[in-house]
This record gives sequence, structure tokens and C-alpha cells, in this order.
Amino acid sequence: MNRENLNIAFVFVGLVFLQIIIFNNINFLGYINPFFYIVFIFFYPVKKLDGTFLLISFLLGLTIDFFSNSGGINAAATLLAAYIRIPVIKSVLGKNELEFANFSFRKLKFNKTLLVITILTFIHHFIVFGLEYFKLNNIQLILTKTFLTSIFTIILILISFILFTNKNAS
Amino acid sequence: MQQLISFLFKNKHFLIFLLLELIAVFFTVQNHSYHRSKFVNSANFITGGIYKRINDFKEYIHLKDENIRLAEENVYLKNLLDKENITDSINRAQLIDTLNTNQKYFYISSKVINNEYNRSNNYITINSGENKGVTSDMGVINSKGIIGITKSISNKYATVLSVLNINSKINIKLLKSNYFGSLSWNAKDYQTVQFLDLPVQANIQIGDTVITGGRSTIFPEGIPVGTIKDFNIVNNNYEFININLFNDMSALGYVEIIKNFDREQIKDLEEKTTNE
Repeated sequence: MNRENLNIAFVFVGLVFLQIIIFNNINFLGYINPFFYIVFIFFYPVKKLDGTFLLISFLLGLTIDFFSNSGGINAAATLLAAYIRIPVIKSVLGKNELEFANFSFRKLKFNKTLLVITILTFIHHFIVFGLEYFKLNNIQLILTKTFLTSIFTIILILISFILFTNKNAS
Repeated sequence: MQQLISFLFKNKHFLIFLLLELIAVFFTVQNHSYHRSKFVNSANFITGGIYKRINDFKEYIHLKDENIRLAEENVYLKNLLDKENITDSINRAQLIDTLNTNQKYFYISSKVINNEYNRSNNYITINSGENKGVTSDMGVINSKGIIGITKSISNKYATVLSVLNINSKINIKLLKSNYFGSLSWNAKDYQTVQFLDLPVQANIQIGDTVITGGRSTIFPEGIPVGTIKDFNIVNNNYEFININLFNDMSALGYVEIIKNFDREQIKDLEEKTTNE
């Protein structure tokens, strides 16, 4: 338990630095910066929904907000993604109850994992850009940005998943 | 009562979620309004310090560009000095009482340590704060033109509301005539900003230079902004006017913050007038 907590703290700090040093400065095609830090939501052990996970996700988003002067945009989006994580997994798997004890993304089929990641990433990014532009007449811009940035983020998350699994296997 | 407690306990995760989400939305709304001071900003001790460290590494890459910019500015200033000499020799007969001439603007040198330009509300973090006399609502420029207005201030750092921010409104005018308007940004392209409220009589051409208007206490008159890129007239009104910025907002290095010594006086006077 203690080691797990330490691990989570390490990943938290690491993701914040990765995001603000590298991923906030990529500017692919001029304006696409992936929100790679939300890989935290997939990394955090899938347990019965607990308040700690919500709080940590909120704090992660807020830390990113502090660095990018964006109010509470990332905090709101990350918190929502964290809150709906289990319902989304349940509905993708088509199960009413999950066996939390031995649940792992690595045991799932690839297409199911991809679907969970895609849904949560899209929702997160839509909230981020929606709150950023805050106006309905920018809906086209919001959707374009959500779509392009999501693709970038999903690819990065998948790469990190593959790297992480390989390390464990060897 | 017991039912209420059991209800709260049953739904405690939803309540935690709701509470935190409300806090996040509150910060967001606060961030969107220009006048309220913000809590979540990158001018504080920790974020400012980290950005400064990162920037210390990046600095070396841009030394050459920065040197070229400084050399260009030196040439420009030297030319300006020579011009001054000519007018001086003409006016030498008049005695100037230096006690009566007072400095209106004071420039504080500073460095950009974090720069944003690809979102709709862009902020720049600079490495001077209260310790160098920076307060909020001061203009920020470099040798090429305007950059923004200071907003949140900490002891050693400050955030700047970039011209690339949908909340930003700056008084500007045409160089060739005295028609005024305001500068704003539609969040589409970081090299192009918009000129609003310009009367159609101004009769602009593509390529006309736009400068700051000097009607506020933030920017002195005549700071370069950009050139007119394109425009469209509908019903005898400008539908839109796009301006190409002189500054490359994606590559900012050293900047100058403008302190206006007369600002307090002007503000006091204006308040008095509105109160009467």
C-alpha cells in the first residue's frame, strides 16, 4: 500500500513536469498540444470509486492550470473524466459489476481499451476547449481542436501503454 | 435526520465530485473576467521559479537571435540620437530648465520565462515583480512592438495579458491619420489581430501601419503594432480589419515594462470628474 502511494506521487509529479516542459510546447501544426497528463486516469488502479482518486485528479488538473494560467479548466475536465471512469469501463465491457480486485487494462482486449481511452479523452478535451472558448458560436473551433488534439493524446497514451507493458514483461 | 445522513453517506462521492467541480468552474469563470484578480496564475513563487529554471536552459539557444535584435535596436537608437542633435543645435539658443522637464515614462527591463500563444486566453510570465516596481496594468513592449499588459503580480514574477487574449482590448490608431479604434483578437491565428470600431471615413489601405493611440495611461502614443493585412467593407462599415503583428509572438525574449509616472494623477483626476 505504501509503495503504491509513493508510486502514484512519483507519477503525479513526473506527469506535471512532462506536460509543462514538453507537451505544452509542441505546437504541432501551430496549435496542437496534447494533454498527455490524463494518462494518470488510466494509470491509477481501478478500484471501487473513492474520494481520494477524485481529489488527486482534481489536484492534478489544478496544478496544470496553475502553470498554464487557465483558471480551473483542466481541473474540471480531469475531475469529470475521473468520476465517469468506472461507468465508462462498465458500459464498454457490457457488465453491471466489475471485479475490481484483478482488473487491469492489460487484460482487456485492445479494441476495448482503445474505446475506453477514446471516450474519456474526447470528453476531457471537449470540456477543456469548451470552457476555454466559453461561447457557443465558437463550436466549430472547439470541435476541430477537440478532435485533432484527442487523436494526438490517444496516440501518446497508447505508446506509453505499450512501453509500460513491455517493461513489465521483460 | 438519520435518513438524511444515510443519504449523504450513500452519495458522498457524488457530493465530493460536485463540490470540486463547482470550485473548478468558479476558478474558470473568475479567469474569464478581466477585472477580477485571479487566484490560479503562474506568477506565484513555485510556478514562477520552475519556469525560470526551465528558461535558464532554453536561453542559450536564442542568444544569436537576441543579439541581432539588440544590434538592430542599437542602430535605430543611434540614428535617433543623431536626429536629436540636429534639432538641438537649432534650439540651442533657448535655455532649457531641466527642473521643469520631467520624465513621464520609465522602462523596466525584464525577460519572458513562459510564453503562450496557441490558446484563446494567452498569458506570458515574466521575471520581474514587485521587487522591481512592477504593478498591474502596465504596458509591456519590446523593440518590435506591443506585447501586452501586466496582470497578476508576485514578489519576483508577473503575468502579462498578451495581446493574443480574447479579453484584451488596447487603444490603437492609424499612423497616417488620427482615427482611433481598439485592438482585439479572435483566437484564430497568432500572427493576426483585429482592429475594431474604426470609422469607415478612415479610408485605410492594405499595408498601412497601426500604432498605439496613447488614450490610456498604459501605453505611450506611437508604439508600433503592425500593418493592415486585409479588410472588408459591408454597408458602409468595416466588417473586419486584420492586422499583421510586427512582433513574432511565438518567439519573445527580453521585454520592457512601461511605468507611467503620471498615471496616479490622471486616474485621480478622472475619478474626481466621474464622482462630481
